Amino acid sequence: MSDMVNVKINGQAVAVPKGSTILEAARAAGVVIPTLCYLKDINEIGACRMCVVEANEGRGFRIVAACVYPVSEGMEVLTNSPKVVDSRRKTMQLILSNHERKCLSCVRSKNCELQKLANDLGIEDDGFYDGAKNEYTIDETAPHMFRDNNKCILCRRCSAVCEHTQGIGVIGANDRGFSTHISSAFEKGLGATSCVSCGQCINVCPTGALSEKDFVNEVFAAIADPTKHVVVQTAPSVRAGLGECFGNPIGTNVEGKMVAALKRLGFDFVFDTNFTADLTILEEGSELLERVTKGGTLPMITSCSPGWVKFCEHYYPDLIPNLSTCKSPQQMFGAVVKTYFAEKMGWDPKDIVSVSIMPCTAKKFEMGREDQSAAGVPDIDFALTTRELGRMIDRAGIDFNALPDEKFDDPLGIFSGAGLIFGATGGVMEAALRFAVEKISGETLPADKLEFKEVRGTEAIKEASYTVGDLTVKVAVVSGLANARKLMDKVRAGEADYTFIEVMACPGGCVNGGGQPIQPASVRNFTDIRALRAKALYDEDAAMSLRKSQDNPAVKALYDEYLGEIGGHKAHEILHTSYVARKVNF
Amino acid sequence: MSKKIATIPFQGTPQQEQELLAVIASLKDQQGCLMPIMQKAQDIYGYLPIEVQTIIAEQLNIPLEKVFGVSTFYAQFTLSPKGKYRISVCLGTACYVKGSGRVLELLEEKLGIGVGEITPDGKFSLDDCRCVGACGLAPVFMINDDVYGRLTGKAEEIDEILAKYAD
Repeated sequence: MSDMVNVKINGQAVAVPKGSTILEAARAAGVVIPTLCYLKDINEIGACRMCVVEANEGRGFRIVAACVYPVSEGMEVLTNSPKVVDSRRKTMQLILSNHERKCLSCVRSKNCELQKLANDLGIEDDGFYDGAKNEYTIDETAPHMFRDNNKCILCRRCSAVCEHTQGIGVIGANDRGFSTHISSAFEKGLGATSCVSCGQCINVCPTGALSEKDFVNEVFAAIADPTKHVVVQTAPSVRAGLGECFGNPIGTNVEGKMVAALKRLGFDFVFDTNFTADLTILEEGSELLERVTKGGTLPMITSCSPGWVKFCEHYYPDLIPNLSTCKSPQQMFGAVVKTYFAEKMGWDPKDIVSVSIMPCTAKKFEMGREDQSAAGVPDIDFALTTRELGRMIDRAGIDFNALPDEKFDDPLGIFSGAGLIFGATGGVMEAALRFAVEKISGETLPADKLEFKEVRGTEAIKEASYTVGDLTVKVAVVSGLANARKLMDKVRAGEADYTFIEVMACPGGCVNGGGQPIQPASVRNFTDIRALRAKALYDEDAAMSLRKSQDNPAVKALYDEYLGEIGGHKAHEILHTSYVARKVNF
Repeated sequence: MSKKIATIPFQGTPQQEQELLAVIASLKDQQGCLMPIMQKAQDIYGYLPIEVQTIIAEQLNIPLEKVFGVSTFYAQFTLSPKGKYRISVCLGTACYVKGSGRVLELLEEKLGIGVGEITPDGKFSLDDCRCVGACGLAPVFMINDDVYGRLTGKAEEIDEILAKYAD
């Protein structure tokens, strides 16, 4: 029996693997069927009926949901018949009849899947099905995002990603019928729950129902204030995502144009979080070696990802001693700017506005944590997402794609390839290995031995083991919190003998963070955006000559001029932090 | 309609909790055990407040939101305790046509609570229901097992009935 199935899509013959859905078969035939609730591997519930097609399996044409209906031999499919189009239009009108149609002021305008579908279907904005409309209060309780149920179409992509991809499940459908709405248990605001602020729900929302808390206006105001020194840092993954805001293909590295845009926006200094990614490696790597040699708590687990840290505090408080005490690169950066750099420039830390551009929404939560104020003022004043930077650039009238490539400012814009690859899952681990292997062996790692490919790639959990001298280091890399849960259960049960674990809250790491440009389901369902964006970072790293954190001259200068010893007293004061145990329920 | 969430303090006893934990232990390994556990929990406590739902969520190792979602979806579950006297107003077709909507309004006014709620003293709870099978007596409401029919929708009539439950 053949593994291929022959079907006809709109009369065109195509052979697809057995088990394919009509949606996938149509793609293979070059036909895009509109979807709304469907998200491959995450939300396959066939509920919204936007993907309906007519399918004939020998008993006449019937209307079926293409996203979940498997093809069969000889099946004929019509994706665009009058009956199909009429059905989709009716469904869309019913959805819109209870949707707050404020497209002019909506954050997702121009990038809204509902708006695009309504336009494609030729829906006219008149009073179809005028009737009752739900009115909901916007949930503003979370530190990082708004939830506006008035714009929710109940596709359940958010609750599916929260529960299945992230293993959290703090939002879901409550009540029934016309009253059905997405919210948290007992209608507590999101801020009261064990939400970790990862923002994956925002990335999958087809409408403007979910959005980050936007601080664009505040940052513009700070830039316009002559009494403030406004310093900006950009995380590794931002350069791999920002281009998508301006129509560039996924995976375009726009580092040079991003720097040029930030300078034109008027930031006083444009620096790179990669610098403190390098710094993190020295601090965290030394912490690891100390734990290994002095019998500290192992496995040590990374603390760069604030979503992961909060998850650990809620769900695995007993593993808090395993977390590295290092601040995240964002927070280290803010701390260095307001101490070392302020002193260097002769600035009062109070006059500095420290802005970060992050692929992440949890950074908005992290900046407000306890023990994140090295200079007595918060290390970070505003943490913007990649999307917010895109908005700033648009608002300032900067023609992004026409910009020249420019370079980060010195000294905190100097970085190694090791710092750069922090953005991809496995990147922190690889950077740490480039440091640890040299440190343990006392020998220089040759240029052709710098790539630790075992820890690369987007698989859920990666494991590797390295022997240097008489020391064997067993490592694990995991991304996505449901995956992290599997690994942590093993650690908790004592079934894992790892030395060092890298955890990133978002699947694929920061390149797929909750603050990155939003790609519609029509792209996500057929493209691995994580791998494309990660490739941009690995390619840049491979082309660099400075590829080890410990070789970063600006980091060396920071220790020589200011911090003293790696992992020393001053470094601890400025670059390390503490954690708190949190509850899962109220 | 959204379900009313109780605001009166939880008064569960350690015995009730033991009973619930035993129920969960006996059912937790079965597939689809959530609904039967919630039904038993409601039998034990009379309603499903956050304290009870949290025990269920933690014992089954599932998100609290999942339990809450089920409890708000099915009409059989209540988030508000029932009073010593459970008033149930029939809004079935026959009763509704005969004016049971007005009877419900009067009860809401007199008791100062809405549908799905309980008076602060815990005496009366008010619910609506669909057809109690006494359409010949429409409009009808029940207080516990007592049926009151052929109501006129006058305020005095309601006062008289409620007065019988003064203790």
